Order: sequence, then C-alpha cells, then structure tokens
Amino acid sequence: MSHATTTDVQDDRPRTTPEPRTGGLSSRSLPRWAPLGFAAVSLALGVGIGAAAGWHSRTQWGLLAALLFLAISYAATTAVENQRQAKDRLATSVVWVCFLAAVVPLASLLWTTVSRGAERLDGYFLTHSMAGVLGFEDTGGVYHALIGTLEQVGIATVISAPLGLLTAVYLVEYGKGSLAKAVTFFVDVMTGIPSIVAGLFILSIMLMAKIEPSGLMGALALTILMVPVVVRSTEEMLKLVPNELREASLALGIPKWRTILKVVLPTAIGGITTGVMLAIARIAGETAPIILLVFGSQLINTNPFSGAQSSLPFYIYEQYKVGEAASYDRAWAAALVLIAFVMILNLAARGIARWKAPRTGR
Amino acid sequence: MASTTPLDLPPAPPAPRGRPGSTGRAGDKIFIGLSRGSGILLLVVMASIAVFLSYRAVLAISKDEGNFLTTLDWNPAGDPPVFGIAVLLFGTVVSSVIAMVIAVPVAIGIALFISHYAPRKLAAPLGYVIDLLAAVPSIVYGIWGALVLVPYLEGLNLWLDQFFGWTYVFEKTEVGIPRSLFTVGILLAIMILPIVTSVSREVFLQVPKMNEEAALALGATRWEVIRLSVLPFGRSGIISASMLGLGRALGETMAVATVLSPSFIISLHVLDPGGGTFAQNIAAGFGEADEFGRDALIASGLVLFVLTLLVNGAARLIIARRKEYSGANA
Repeated sequence: MSHATTTDVQDDRPRTTPEPRTGGLSSRSLPRWAPLGFAAVSLALGVGIGAAAGWHSRTQWGLLAALLFLAISYAATTAVENQRQAKDRLATSVVWVCFLAAVVPLASLLWTTVSRGAERLDGYFLTHSMAGVLGFEDTGGVYHALIGTLEQVGIATVISAPLGLLTAVYLVEYGKGSLAKAVTFFVDVMTGIPSIVAGLFILSIMLMAKIEPSGLMGALALTILMVPVVVRSTEEMLKLVPNELREASLALGIPKWRTILKVVLPTAIGGITTGVMLAIARIAGETAPIILLVFGSQLINTNPFSGAQSSLPFYIYEQYKVGEAASYDRAWAAALVLIAFVMILNLAARGIARWKAPRTGR
Repeated sequence: MASTTPLDLPPAPPAPRGRPGSTGRAGDKIFIGLSRGSGILLLVVMASIAVFLSYRAVLAISKDEGNFLTTLDWNPAGDPPVFGIAVLLFGTVVSSVIAMVIAVPVAIGIALFISHYAPRKLAAPLGYVIDLLAAVPSIVYGIWGALVLVPYLEGLNLWLDQFFGWTYVFEKTEVGIPRSLFTVGILLAIMILPIVTSVSREVFLQVPKMNEEAALALGATRWEVIRLSVLPFGRSGIISASMLGLGRALGETMAVATVLSPSFIISLHVLDPGGGTFAQNIAAGFGEADEFGRDALIASGLVLFVLTLLVNGAARLIIARRKEYSGANA
C-alpha cells in the first residue's frame, strides 16, 4: 500500500508526458482504492454468474468471486503497471483470500455452537442428569457429564502438574548429556501421540490386569496427553528466568534445590500456571480415551475410582449418535458448555501470563 | 558452598563430588533424584506404550486368518477371525493428504498475512485468535462437520462431479449425503489450520530483518521480499509445521467418527461415502468388540502409533536441525 501512495503523489507530473512503463517511480500505477473496486466487481460477477447458472451452494459463488478477483486484479495491474507489481498484487490478494477463506468456517463453527447451544442451555440443563430420559425427550441435562469431566481432568492435573514440573526442572536445571536429550526428544514426540493411542495403551493394561472401566483410567490416559504439554511450557518459562537470580542465590550459599524452589520457580510461576491451564484446556475436550476407558453413563457417578462415568465431550458424542432433534439440541448445548469452559481457561491463562510477564521478563 | 557450613562439622570440609552444581546435601540429592526420576518415568511410559501395544497386537495378529496388512475386511469376531488394515491405512492416508493439500497453502497464506501483510495493530490479536481456535475440542469440530459442513458441501460435491468428474478421483458414483473421505479431509484441513499457521508464523517472524531490508533496498516488491528472503529461510519450518499438522490429522478420531459413514472398501472416488481411518475404526468398533476384538483394534492402533511417531519424530528432527542453523546465523 505504501508503494502505491508514494507513486500516487508523483503521479501528477508524467501524466501530461506519457512515458514507457519501466517500473521506476514515475510509472503509472493503480489508485489506492483499486483492490476494493476489483473486489466489488468480482463479487457482483460471482453472485451474478452463480445465480444465473443456478448453483446450489453459496460457497461456489464465493469461490468464483475469489478466483475472479485474482484474475481481474492480475490483469488490470499488468496492463496499467507492470508484471512485477502484478505479481506482488496477486500475492497480496492470495494472502487476503487465504485469510478470509479460513475465517469463514471458523466463524461458522463458533456462531453455530453459540446460537444453537444457547437454545437449550439453562439452569435445568446444568443441574440434571440423563437418568431415565429417552433420546427424543427434550428434558435431561449435563450434570453427570460435568462432574465426570471435572473429576477426570482434576485427577489428570494432580498427576501431570508435579510430574511435568519436575521433568522440566530436570531438563533446564540439571539435564545434560544423552538422557536429557532423549527426554527432550520424546517429550516432543509425545505431544503428537493421538489421544486414541493413549487410550489404547491404558486399555491394554486394563485387559491384562482385569480392571473395570472407571474415571481414573480415563484420567490416566489424559495424563499421558497432558504431561508433555506441561513439560514444554514449563521448560520455556524456566529458561526465561535470568541466570543472575540463580547465581545470586547460589552465591549466598543456598543449596541448589532451595534455589530452585524459592527463587527460580516463584519467578516463573505465572508462566507455569498459564502452561498448566492451557494443558487442562487441551485435555478437557478429549473424547477418544473416555470412549475406551470410562465407558459413559447416563447416571450421576461421583466416584471416579469405580464404575462408569460420563464426560462433556463423551456426552456430546453420545447425544449426537442418538440422532433425534432433542438430542442434537443437547449436544449443541453441551458443546457450548465445553467451549465456554475451554475458552475461559484459555483467556484466564493468557491473562495470568500477561499480568505476570513483566516480572519474569526483567 | 562448603565454607558456609557451621563450625561443628568434621575438620576436612567435604569436597564437592560429581558435578559442580551438586553440593552433596541430602535435599539436593532427593531433588535431583525426583526430577531425574520423572524424566526417566516419561521415557518408561513411552517405551511401555510401545511394548504393551505390541504385546496385545501380537496376540491378535497371531490368530488372524487373513493377512493383517492386505485383507480388506474387519471381522475379528468371525470364525475364523479375519481382519486387515489395508482399508484403514488407505483411508487415513488419503484423508490426511487431502487435509494437507488444502490446509498447508492456506496456513502459509494466513501466517504470511499475520507476519507481513496485516496492519500491525491487527497482527497480535490475530495470532491470539488463531491460538484460541487451536483449543476448540475436536468433538465440537466433529458435530459441526456432521451437522453443518456435510449438508453444505453437497453443492460443492455436485459441482466437482460435474466439472471434474473426468478425473476419476472426483467422479461421484453414489448419490447421497457426502459423508466421504473428501469431506473428512476438508474438516481435518480446517482443524489443523491453527497449528500449522501458528508454527509457520513463528518461523516467519524469526527471519532476520537484515535480509528483508536488504531485499527492500534493492527495490524488491513485498512479494519478492517474501519469495527471496522469507520463504527460503522458513522452508524447513514450513515443512515441520506441515508434518506436525499431518500428525494431528492422522490421529484425529472424533471428527472422522462423526462425519464419515464407514465401510470396508478401498475406492479412489473420494466423493463417495465409505472407507475408514484407524482412529475412527477404533472408536466406532470398540463398543461391540469382545476381548479379542479389542486386541485386534489395539493392533491397528499400534500401526497408527508407529505412523504418527515417524511423522512427528521427523518433524522434530527438522526443527532441531533448523535451531542450530539459525543459532549460528543470529
């Protein structure tokens, strides 16, 4: 854009004496509003052609309009300016189109969840279970699933947070040599383990030890997914702690473990909390391990150590599979609850990160 | 450190043994033990995932009357039990490849938009929103895909069939709602966009300013700056970001389980419903499976595990190599 402005200013002089297009500052250039104009023209054409040809999907209209936009702006710029500028404009347009194309489905996802979820979401929905409710009835709620999610995620966090924290401390403060390298590499690889594989691992243990499904088993699978995330984020935060702080503490004769506990960890605590909360947000939405290990239930089971439980993501899947209008409504409402839970965790985590950032940064 | 100990210690001050960081005090020993122990525990967990899955998988495969790699059927409950992963492997790879083909260029576009094109005030919030979208649970993508995206794509499918049916791949031989591998691929593409975008964006932001300014000083347009300095610098970053996305797409369960209408056929007509993926098959088949059936599912899960391990390991190795390279550059 800035290029276009500067040439605009210098554009007055050569208009009287037309010069060959050399690509210099004095060459002709399109006005600043040209992209908007192209967009309007191509949108109109796209809608026109789409409507005339009777295409069913508005997506096609949009795609056509996008393609027309690229073609028109490339042709116009080549004609008025030169090929290099045309390529630049084409790239700019492609990047904008990419961005807009990605925003549409993501916005649709959020909008659908909020609008359809709000229809059914109320106090009754949050405080009742599905006990005795048939699929097509429009009563019932999500209370048992909420309890399941909170307990399973809670147990997973209680195990993962210390484990991840200690591993990160090892990697940053003590780790040298091949063991630390191996741990770093496998923590990275572990972040990519599909949740269903983590579920199968616990399942194979359950099959061998003849353990019945329970919330605890699901929590163990969630732990496998959560630990690497906690390790990675804690590691980054510990690396940010200035070495001067450690050295000052060690110079006072304080043992290294007390230095870590009293100086390093408190300095980085904001970032560590953020990392743990983001990890919680990630595992709260996992469905696959719950299907395999917790089995799902329509009833309220507050004991995560025995018996089947439900969880929010599992509940959504279950209600989706029932396939009735009323159950779709429940699925959307539960999806809204889940998204709200995850987003609030995310926003709070980033809030903490921002609030604590200046102290760790300096 | 030994000099600060009280005077009533034995005269010979304990010489620090081992690494200079350790003082030999009990607290330190416990702390080192705990932290190293948890590191080792993680390695043990990784190893036991491989061992346990392999053990149960061998139990199942040894009784498999079909060929585990090439059989086009999944019937571990039958007599004799016959099951094979050919269809699952095909479906997993095809849907992930479709996802990659769509998502990677778009993600690079968005990453460039955020790092180089967006107005500066917009760039930071956009990066933030992308990260938030990465946190949307996959089951929500799943029901959105099944209830919103699938009906929406019917028109696009007809259109593809009409104009690109001659390519065989886009030929639609069955009428009906598009609960196909192609739809799954599109949904997976939407799901992996955020992660590919955020990793690529980080790489693009690391491009040395000097390189870009040098290109600008030579009169390059913005696109030429990107083509000459940003993309070459970020190439390995883009590759590893795509592979991380691929790893996600390969193992995605819920979005596929809700959208696909599974069947045990291999068909290159990606618009037709049918096919299956590892994760989808496990989630869908688990309910009816007996213990042997579960072992068979574990065997297929082992293949998925190895697949994602290879993809993620390769991605991480590329990133690690790049770190050294850029470190020397900085």
